[in-house]
Amino acid sequence: MKERRKIRVLIAKPGLDGHDRGAKVVARALRDAGMEVIYSGLRQTPEMIVETAIQEDVDVIGLSILSGAHLPLFSRLGELTREQGLDRVLIVAGGIIPDEDMPAVREMGIRAVFGPGSSTTDIVDFVLSNAPQDKG
Amino acid sequence: MASKQKEWEEGLLCKSLQRAPERREQFVTTSGVPVERLYTPVDIAGKDYATELGFPGEYPFTRGVHPTMYRGKLWTMRMFAGYGTAEETNARFKYLLEHGETGLSVAFDMPTLYGYDADQPMACGEFGKCGVAISSLADMEVLFAGIPVDEITTSMTINSPAAIIWAMYVVAAEKRGIPRQRLGGTIQNDILKEFIAQKEYIFPPGPSMRLIVDTIEFGAREMPLWNTISISGYHIREAGATAVQELAFTLYDGLAYVQAAIDRGLNVDDFAPRLSFFFNSHNDFFEEIAKFRAARRIWAKEMRDRFDAKEPRSWLMRFHTQTAGCSLTAQQPENNVVRTALQALAAVMGGTQSLHTNSMDEALALPSEKAARVALRTQQIIAHESGVTNTIDPLAGSYFVEALTDRTERAARDYFQKIDALGGAIPAIEAGFFQREIADSAHRYQKEIDEGKRTIVGVNDYQTQEPTSIPLLKMDPEGERKHLARLNRVRQERDNDEVRRRLQGLRQAAMGDANTMPYIIDAVRAYATLGEIMQVFRDVFGEYVETPVL
Amino acid sequence: MDLAQRLLDGDRRAAARLITLIENGADGVELELKQIYPHTGQAHIVGITGPPGAGKSTLVSALARELRGRGKTVGIIAVDPTSPFTGGALLGDRIRMQELSTDSGVFIRSMASRGALGGLSRATADAVKVLDAFGCNVILVETVGAGQGEVDIARAAHSTIVVEVPGMGDEIQAIKAGILEIADVFAVNKADKAGAERTVMELEMMLQMNTRPGAWFPLIVKTVATSNKGIAELADALEKHLRYLRDSGELEQRLRANTLRELVDAAKEEFIGELWAELSQRDLATLTQSMLDHHLDPRSAAKELVRKFRNGS
Ligand code: B12
Ligand SMILES: Nc1nc2c(ncn2[C@@H]2O[C@H](COP(=O)(O)OP(=O)(O)OP(=O)(O)O)[C@@H](O)[C@H]2O)c(=O)[nH]1
Ligand SMILES: [Mg+2]
Repeated sequence: MKERRKIRVLIAKPGLDGHDRGAKVVARALRDAGMEVIYSGLRQTPEMIVETAIQEDVDVIGLSILSGAHLPLFSRLGELTREQGLDRVLIVAGGIIPDEDMPAVREMGIRAVFGPGSSTTDIVDFVLSNAPQDKG
Repeated sequence: MASKQKEWEEGLLCKSLQRAPERREQFVTTSGVPVERLYTPVDIAGKDYATELGFPGEYPFTRGVHPTMYRGKLWTMRMFAGYGTAEETNARFKYLLEHGETGLSVAFDMPTLYGYDADQPMACGEFGKCGVAISSLADMEVLFAGIPVDEITTSMTINSPAAIIWAMYVVAAEKRGIPRQRLGGTIQNDILKEFIAQKEYIFPPGPSMRLIVDTIEFGAREMPLWNTISISGYHIREAGATAVQELAFTLYDGLAYVQAAIDRGLNVDDFAPRLSFFFNSHNDFFEEIAKFRAARRIWAKEMRDRFDAKEPRSWLMRFHTQTAGCSLTAQQPENNVVRTALQALAAVMGGTQSLHTNSMDEALALPSEKAARVALRTQQIIAHESGVTNTIDPLAGSYFVEALTDRTERAARDYFQKIDALGGAIPAIEAGFFQREIADSAHRYQKEIDEGKRTIVGVNDYQTQEPTSIPLLKMDPEGERKHLARLNRVRQERDNDEVRRRLQGLRQAAMGDANTMPYIIDAVRAYATLGEIMQVFRDVFGEYVETPVL
Repeated sequence: MDLAQRLLDGDRRAAARLITLIENGADGVELELKQIYPHTGQAHIVGITGPPGAGKSTLVSALARELRGRGKTVGIIAVDPTSPFTGGALLGDRIRMQELSTDSGVFIRSMASRGALGGLSRATADAVKVLDAFGCNVILVETVGAGQGEVDIARAAHSTIVVEVPGMGDEIQAIKAGILEIADVFAVNKADKAGAERTVMELEMMLQMNTRPGAWFPLIVKTVATSNKGIAELADALEKHLRYLRDSGELEQRLRANTLRELVDAAKEEFIGELWAELSQRDLATLTQSMLDHHLDPRSAAKELVRKFRNGS
């Protein structure tokens, strides 16, 4: 008998940022929606995040960052995901990301940004309808 | 009384309810504590004024720590500030002082908070984004240039590297001829809440506590005006805790520090008066006031009865307050001014010694000049226009506030028992107890918002479509380059052999059990950088990795 | 190129994807497994189990580092429970292994139990095969010691470490969980806490009473996973156990028993698969009805079902 296909998500905290309230809230919301959630823990380099995403074969990478260091970190992440051929992976982000950075952030391969006040229901819906469907 | 109330309930009230039911089945505080329709003398029956309330400045300090409170001296208006370079932040300090703030409070950037120099790999992209970058004594000298540090007190939000940043402040002042005995201020230096909530831990709990006791001991000996620790509930609350959890966990941390210092052989009355606290002031007006009042009462009782402190100065809890950043919204940011005003009012009614008010751009970026000024003005309006400062503890005797104060104290003590059963603060951290309690509360709070059970104006109700447009902070794009240039200059111009020798001395001290403070001061004076000194500790103590609790 | 080939060529993404397909019970996965099977049987498979929070993940991380120092490549599979209510899971073990995450000689995979325990042990066993074929010299499988599922997983391992911690009540946790029998090595972790010595003594006493003469006498190693103490000894103990397995001929026996069990399990599944494919819904409904009416007991109904199947009903 076949299991229903599970969406696997990596929630990652790049850089030194220690704000983890939002990441945890989002991780729980995704779990409650039936997903398998891997939390990276704090102080992750882009290299660590991408390697984890590969080994865990996740469908979604969710980046949570409130420290303002998102541009250099996302840019490196974008490079690495392209190098590693993770094109199918849906990458989303949340936290404090100013509107003016949005075009650059999209350019780096991030499909959606959920800022303060986002409802977790919207986040879950977005992931459910945009996670890749191409395996198993 | 009780029979009269019954009469009222069955008569007038009943009829009224039949005509129009109340808006909700149950009313609760922001933290989920049930609130009754009405409080009466019955709710505070049997309360002994002398033992439970007392007079301002007297045990158990429920009504305040000073006999005249704000009639004598207003609280210190202390705005948390810092961004980019030492130069930019120095200018912001001067701006705030010009506009009437009465104390300084330094926000450091991420690399500094984690003990890295701005040129270390982990600092990549983080320079100045979250506060001011301080990599060496040279930066500290610039940061306070032209500011009379012998006349104003400075609070520094710094934890794992607290001893080093403190040493920089001390040496910078001494180089200007101001002796350390005359320096007043606070280092946050509260590692337990880092493990619990703010996550700026670096070393494992054991050596972290040792460094803190080193500073407490050093302060007790050499710096009578300095608060060597600011035992903080603010971060615990912001991470998602309820008011009761904030109170209970913070006070319990406080007890753990007192015990650690006693275990070092210090006399409780020698250091207890220099312990300070830091709380959050959230949305629920009365709940917050009750929390502040309960905090003072519990601390007084514990210090007197648990630790047998003899000096009244050891019993009284002085605290700083910050309004709740997590209550502020990115949507319709102007509304945040109103939230902050209410929260600041609660802090004042709760008897705070010092206050930071958040800016309306809290959920968007570090505060702009203008937003910070409006936040400061909010305090000034409360101080000079509202009239609430004219009398002491004006809400005392309110049936509701007293009942809520009692209830809060009981709930906090229930937590004490649970933590005791786990073996104390550090075992409870290792078991993830605090972290799980907080994550559960944060989860509940978010769910209530998402399910519409909790209204946040402008977020899940009363939304508007118009784009938000308030001006945001702009930093000097050349800041990082300038900072790195200074850092390089320091490395070139200092006596590098001397730096090596002093770092070696520090390493010996860290490996043994000497107080590390004098060695840190020596190293700082020779312009050893923050990252270099921290590296010594990283080598000797190792680094801590948390088990995140989800 | 197919996944199996890419994996055999050392492509990490292929290994990761194949494990996903195994977890999902995807079509075509059998074919891939068939291709990698000849390349398995090389790794030393080690199960690590014990009560929640005993320090298993920390220990796995420290052990992996030690093994890397000894020139071995390491595969890690960490299993966490799926919530029976939401079907979701938070997979948290990996966090304790972060320092390994960019070491190309280590491959870590978190798996959720996804309800079916029997199914879990099979998916885990297949995932182990993937890492084995991928070339990991040692494969560490972490599970929470909570019952039968763990025992099954342990049976598939060559060596099993049961992690204990001092001072968790009077009675050693392994007895409660009934996993004493499966331990080849005990790690008394958190030996920096009071009572480690006592736990070691209690374990020794218990083993003295319960170990057959001539059989492997489980080794007990005191460890502090957070500061790397006792980790080299733990790695030594594993090597010793593997040597014992080889020298005593027990390895051969275990492998034979395991392989037989795998064959039987696979046969059962094959058979049930065919049964479902062939059976007519009508027969099923009739038999179910007879049971509901209490005319037929389950066993007789099953016999009847098989008879119909044989006759090509
Ligand atoms: C709470 C808080 C803290 C707490 C953090 C507790 C914790 N463990 O998380 C404490 C008090 C410890 C803290 C400390 C600091 N903070 Co702070 N903090 C905040 C605050 C007020 C709220 C953040 C929050 O938790 N909100 C509640 C959660 C549920 O919301 P959220 O994180 O935004 O998450 C939501 C969305 O963003 C999104 N989301 C988030 N992550 C993800 C991930 C994915 C995949 C998805 C899809 C969505 C998503 O969904 C969530 C649900 O809606 C913000 C300002 C604000 N109001 O946003 C400042 C803020 C983030 N902090 C700030 C700063 C500067 C700091 C400090 C550096 C201060 C200092 N110099 O000492 C320290 C650093 C701490 C550290 N180690 O990193 C600045 C950052 C400035 C910037 N980026 O330009 C802010 C913006 C405040 C300000 N205006 O100055 N802080
Ligand atoms: N004092 C001490 N703490 C340890 C030791 N080993 C692990 N820990 C701590 O114990 C806690 C749990 O460690 P984990 O490795 O996550 O334990 P686990 O058994 O994998 O936990 P689960 O997978 O949740 O069952 C963490 O806080 C570790 O830091 C040790 O030897 N001594
Ligand atoms: Mg684990």
